[in-house]
Amino acid sequence: MRIELEKRPRVSGLFSVVSPLLALALTLAFGALMFSLLGKDPMDALYSFFVEPLLEVWSLHELAIKAAPLILIAVGLSVCFRSNNWNIGAEGQFTMGAIAGSILPVMNPEWHSPMILPLMLVMGMIGGALYAGIPALLKTRFNTNEILTSLMLVYIAQLYLDWLTRGPWRDPQGYNFPQTKAFVTEAVLPEILASGRAHWAFIFAILAAIAVWFMMRFMLKGFEVSVLGQSERAGRFAGFSARRMVWFSMLLSGALAGLAGISEVSGSIGHLQPIISPGYGFTAIIVAFLGRLNPLGIIAAGLVLALTYLGGEAAQLSIGISDKVARVFQGLLLFFVLSCDTLIHYRIRLIFAGAKPEARG
Amino acid sequence: MFEAILLTVITASTPLVVAALGELVAERSGVLNLGVEGMMIMGAVFAFAATRYTGSPYIGILAGIAGGALFSLLFGFLTLTLVANQVATGLALTILGLGLSGQIGESFVGQPGIKLQPISIPLLSEIPFFGKVLFNQDLIFYLSVALIVGIHWFLFRSRTGLKLRAIGDNHGSAHALGIHVVRMRYLAVMFGGACAGLAGAQLSLVYTPQWVENMSAGRGWIALALVVFASWRPRRVLAGGYLFGAVTIGQLHAQAFGIGVPTQLLSALPYAATIVVLIIISHNRRTTLINTPASLGKPFVPDR
Repeated sequence: MRIELEKRPRVSGLFSVVSPLLALALTLAFGALMFSLLGKDPMDALYSFFVEPLLEVWSLHELAIKAAPLILIAVGLSVCFRSNNWNIGAEGQFTMGAIAGSILPVMNPEWHSPMILPLMLVMGMIGGALYAGIPALLKTRFNTNEILTSLMLVYIAQLYLDWLTRGPWRDPQGYNFPQTKAFVTEAVLPEILASGRAHWAFIFAILAAIAVWFMMRFMLKGFEVSVLGQSERAGRFAGFSARRMVWFSMLLSGALAGLAGISEVSGSIGHLQPIISPGYGFTAIIVAFLGRLNPLGIIAAGLVLALTYLGGEAAQLSIGISDKVARVFQGLLLFFVLSCDTLIHYRIRLIFAGAKPEARG
Repeated sequence: MFEAILLTVITASTPLVVAALGELVAERSGVLNLGVEGMMIMGAVFAFAATRYTGSPYIGILAGIAGGALFSLLFGFLTLTLVANQVATGLALTILGLGLSGQIGESFVGQPGIKLQPISIPLLSEIPFFGKVLFNQDLIFYLSVALIVGIHWFLFRSRTGLKLRAIGDNHGSAHALGIHVVRMRYLAVMFGGACAGLAGAQLSLVYTPQWVENMSAGRGWIALALVVFASWRPRRVLAGGYLFGAVTIGQLHAQAFGIGVPTQLLSALPYAATIVVLIIISHNRRTTLINTPASLGKPFVPDR
């Protein structure tokens, strides 16, 4: 048997919508198979993984908390990926945003002012953007591959945070725990509703998604992103600069990742510590693709991936499956998304051995 | 002392060299597989598991190679048969590999491993200094040297190697000449996977004979950078690999001596060195353009 692809005359509108859903269904089917191999009842396991977390108010709040950084980062990445700039160092920009945003509350623990929170958020965005500016500078100035440089910078950012929280920024009264002083209440991102922990990061995420959606849909800049991404040559004829696009997309995604970083630290954790993210920056890559690089789709995709994090924790407690299953789910999901996307541009034909190729004129 | 340091440098460099050589062959055929990290960690966990169950690190090596090659088939199916985006699929392979290996290896955490023993080559290993360093090594080191010689010969002296490079430079013309582009790319991708798996086996059988989650620690990505550093030439991979090995070991020794620099700064050195090296290599656009396989990363659908 052989698989042949035939280019569709035009992009299939049907499969643009169906393919992410198909990918989800395939992931669930594979998950069921995996659970039964682990000796668990697959239906039970899938239920506690994907349904149970949705049944209680507090876990819906957790869902919003986990979805917020994923959506924020993925929205920025969608602009990068659409313009053919492969920023995969969002985890590092997230970390640097968290560090830059924490400068005020950590260095001035006595400063109580309503000014502090907006300043922290702005500094977080600047920190993330500057850190994303490094691969942008290297790409535009030295022609260096941004995939490798942005990824290497992730390791460096994590080590820097590790050093800060174990060294100069460690709370002397912290019983030797590697963490900073707890932020003052004015520096903590407030909750949205009285019913639970979900904080303003989720609102930022929705606003960012809508803003970028508007830009991509209705503004010249959005058109510029798509044209340069599809053909740099065509973009040049239109007077667009690929070099400036590198800067624009990297700084935008860095700023959003930085905002996600400081929001997470300020809203969910309340102080800096060596590890502040369960890999949001990498999972956001999956979110971006599952959302088909469309900011509105990314909101939905972010909620789905946040559910895998929650489901992993829930399944570990209720049926004793390792929480590493969540990572496997995330990886599988990306694979299925990428394979199903083929259906958007191609018709797939299975050719069985013995069948004669049809004659072409 | 110097001899001991040199030995550890070799141990730290070998996985980088082996993984980079495999990726080099895949990239020469025009396929950019960013999943090296994922294939490497899968090789590491397969090798560790097989060694634990059979007691033989040699079976472990085979399992590592098989694990990496099988895992790379997933990448091959998506990018070659379904023409999915190579960058995204490579990332997917890395994410899935890190997750899957963590799950497979969960019961191995903290378990003692079996170290692959060195094989001393008769007579040669008795040479003072060099004998100890070069001819009293484990099998994977010897394989890494053989791979460099073999791949150089294959790419630049053999007919099939010429075809492989032709595919990487212009898959359309190669296809028109009747070369099986997709089939050869599958083989190249699997070779890359096998090498990454072998490199992973080295990590869990020689470098630190145990299973630690995420034990590849970015080495797959450094291997990818090495291919660029080497300008897609196998012999230069050796120089690059040993440079990185030396930086890694150098910073470890500096940490042990406690020279008053934060350990985190030293740990960041190999990653910072990667960036610096990439800048030096890439800043000359013309040489980069000449050396890079022209079809690298581009999708190919055969017209029929």
